[in-house]
Amino acid sequence: MATHSITVTVNGVREYLNVPSHMTLLRMLREELALTGTKNGCEAGECGACTVLMNGEPVNSCMVLAVEADGAEIVTVEGLTPEDRLSPLQEAFVEHNAVQCGFCTPGVLISAHALLERNPRPDEQAIKEALVGNLCRCTGYLRIIKAVQTAAEKGGA
Amino acid sequence: MGSFISEPVGKSVPRVDIREKVAGTAVFADDLQFGPGLYYGRLVRSPYAHALIKSIDTGKALAVPGVKAVVTGKDVSTRIGLYLIDRPIFAGDRVRYVGEPVAGVIASTEEIAEEAAQLVEVEYEELPAVFDPVEAAQPDAPLLHPDLGEYEVANFIFPEPGTNISEHFKLRKGDVESAWPKCAAIVEGTFRLPQIQHVPIEPHVAVALWEPSGQVTLWTSSQSPFAQRDLIAQSLGIPHGNLRVVSPYVGGGFGGKAGVSMEACAVVMAQAVKGHPVKLRMTREEEFVGTTVRQSLVAHTKIGCDAEGNLLAMETEYYFGGGAYNDYGVNIARAAGYSCTGPYDIPNVKGDSYCVYTNQPIGSAMRGFGMPEIHWGIEQIMDQLAEKIGMDPAEFRRRNCVRTGDTILTGMKMPAIDLVACIDKVTEAIDWGKREEPSAPHKKRGKGIAIMWKAPAMPPNPGSSAIVRFNEDATVNVEIGAQELGQGAFTVAAQIAAQALGVPYEWVRVSAPVDTKYSPYEWQTVASRITWSMGNAVRAAAEDAKRQILEIVADYWDEDPEDLDIKDGKVISYKSEREQPLQKMVVYGLPNEGFEGWKGGPIVGQGRFMPTYVTNLDPETGQGTRAVVHYTVGAQAVDLEVDMETGQVEILKIASAYDVGKAINPDLIMTQIEGGAVHGMSSAFEALKFDEKGRPLNPSLVDYRIATSVDVPREIHGDIVETPLEDGPWGARGVGEHVMVQTAPAIANGINNAVGIRFNDLPLSAEKVFLALRGREEE
Repeated sequence: MATHSITVTVNGVREYLNVPSHMTLLRMLREELALTGTKNGCEAGECGACTVLMNGEPVNSCMVLAVEADGAEIVTVEGLTPEDRLSPLQEAFVEHNAVQCGFCTPGVLISAHALLERNPRPDEQAIKEALVGNLCRCTGYLRIIKAVQTAAEKGGA
Repeated sequence: MGSFISEPVGKSVPRVDIREKVAGTAVFADDLQFGPGLYYGRLVRSPYAHALIKSIDTGKALAVPGVKAVVTGKDVSTRIGLYLIDRPIFAGDRVRYVGEPVAGVIASTEEIAEEAAQLVEVEYEELPAVFDPVEAAQPDAPLLHPDLGEYEVANFIFPEPGTNISEHFKLRKGDVESAWPKCAAIVEGTFRLPQIQHVPIEPHVAVALWEPSGQVTLWTSSQSPFAQRDLIAQSLGIPHGNLRVVSPYVGGGFGGKAGVSMEACAVVMAQAVKGHPVKLRMTREEEFVGTTVRQSLVAHTKIGCDAEGNLLAMETEYYFGGGAYNDYGVNIARAAGYSCTGPYDIPNVKGDSYCVYTNQPIGSAMRGFGMPEIHWGIEQIMDQLAEKIGMDPAEFRRRNCVRTGDTILTGMKMPAIDLVACIDKVTEAIDWGKREEPSAPHKKRGKGIAIMWKAPAMPPNPGSSAIVRFNEDATVNVEIGAQELGQGAFTVAAQIAAQALGVPYEWVRVSAPVDTKYSPYEWQTVASRITWSMGNAVRAAAEDAKRQILEIVADYWDEDPEDLDIKDGKVISYKSEREQPLQKMVVYGLPNEGFEGWKGGPIVGQGRFMPTYVTNLDPETGQGTRAVVHYTVGAQAVDLEVDMETGQVEILKIASAYDVGKAINPDLIMTQIEGGAVHGMSSAFEALKFDEKGRPLNPSLVDYRIATSVDVPREIHGDIVETPLEDGPWGARGVGEHVMVQTAPAIANGINNAVGIRFNDLPLSAEKVFLALRGREEE
């Protein structure tokens, strides 16, 4: 099976990897780099649990081949988390108890982070639309939406 | 130790697991690393709903480079099950649903396993299949389990061998025939619910390792690590002590990860490649049809009341479509039978609840366990009865709902609850009786109400246990076998331990993951039983530890333990006003005078809880002293709009109120109320669809839609009612499932209020609503 040498920056660290042609970015992150914060919920681009930032844009990492990420900058939930503390967005999720099982949370945080980067003061509808691709079965979404609002009010992600 | 929260019971303290969950460091089963020795498995599944297996040829699959082994039903002939042992781990001589595991391929990579799985050649002889539970219950229906009479079964489950009926629960109270003539209003209807799926965002995953020594380890995403150990050990003849089940955080369960589904396949596959862990991970498609689903239901229900609105009689038949194997589903039909009236006091009841084999995915536990299904019809009939006699539907419910001390349908006395208070709370929150203006001329607005009850449905004697261990610095490790699914079980365990010990909440750590090798026993994290049952065990363990500490300090001070207490992590004497910090003494003890020896030692408290008072019920009448441990009750009201041009239903507001006995953590209950309302709302629009051959048509998140962020109501209002439960910790009872039980009928009642049309069948798709609106126009 053909493999390819790629260079990809993940959470600010440059990684040199040999990846098979068919390997997805999701599998590369989880299985080659052990960055398991990014979750595999469907491998079909439907649930959003695997959302990561690729050159600043949120993507379903199960729908991107690792070879396509050659030269790209990737940020995962691990990259959102400052050392020894949480980001304001993460703190807002804690404040609102916007987490239950936590499986969708990493993908939700990435989508919300990307929203706040491009629109620092989103209204409720903008938040709902930004999160429409991130399925959550536990929370009913309302607290997630409030947490994003709180983070925006406090100055961003 | 900085700021701390003392006496945390009743306070909305932060979840113990939330910081690691937002940081992405919380570990789920698929995140565990096993190194290069890991193999991967794929299942070969039946393409037929009902067929005999004539032969299986694994030769071509085994020839694929990288394939390590292929297992089939020939390698394991035993069955597995909780209440009715009816399910082969891999199909034997026949398959009974599309998706049934027929073989398992183990290979060095997932891709190779998948490729080889397609090369396993299975010759089938197709048999007639049956999908509708009423049809399947007929004597001439195709028989799924000719050996039903030989299966091992719990002594409170009553299968009817020679038919597809795996359970028939009979409820007989009073005399319905003589009551009908006294009724001023009678409403009768047939209500249908399709199979739906739990859709946890985390698919099922299991990794099994069978060591050459005979030690077996299973890492799974499971609500039931101990039940998995028990059932798999029994089925495969492994000593319980040799089978270790490790279960990290569960990424959503909702009942779908209760009991055993695909995990036993992983263990059998690991046995074929001893020494190598084998990972079996469900695709989203497999998750929909190859794990478990909520059972379908056909309910024929007739209820009558007098002119004053007093309920007089109810007759009902529930036919649960249990799918191909009913090892768990039989108890859902039983629960629906002994609670068949819903939360109403009805003097004359005739109920028959059947679980019926159908050639469909396996029906099993799902949030509510039979209650969402039966309340769908009951709660619409109650509205219709109220309308017939000209009474307000909320008032009708206040008049008839079950109350503390009532002799309920099984003959048991109703433990303390206040359902009227729940009705009052939701009617107030929704402005009941006030007609609201729709947001646009082409929309109609309406309100609906529904109430519910649910008891934990389980064997009579499911136990919980807990251990509380002190560390040198007086931090505490609480060991439990209950699982954290997102509902907050670990947080509640920490709160209860801290409260009962008298130490700050922040000093408590919950030992995770649940590991049957080290964690104390817990039956299963199901049935909304954990806050109550585990809570009692944790409290007992903490009180045991506290007693040990007080005895040591009382001896040290030469005082009576009765005069001592622990507050904020210090032993205090109410008599002498002395203080003794817990640090160090909880491990090293305290010295005798002049250091002439020592007293005490490491503090380890243990506790357990098991209900001892539940009785079996008479098989002919369903009567008995104590059918269940208790009931949790609640009410919901909705405000909604129907788009007359598209048939789309938009839920504007949901108001919920539940009697939880005591809110150990009020905000965690609100998270259940909110998430449950949206889950309940979503469930009203969900359905698994099959073609005429029983092949699934929508096993994906695109074709089977669950509620997204844009679908949620603008407001979810929640109220907590607290009528203490006699044997709950501080009076607490569970509420995790109840929060979605009556949402669908509340919506149906709201639709009727808006447009005057009743829908007896779920789902409430826009297409169905649109066609009904159109049909009425044509009339």
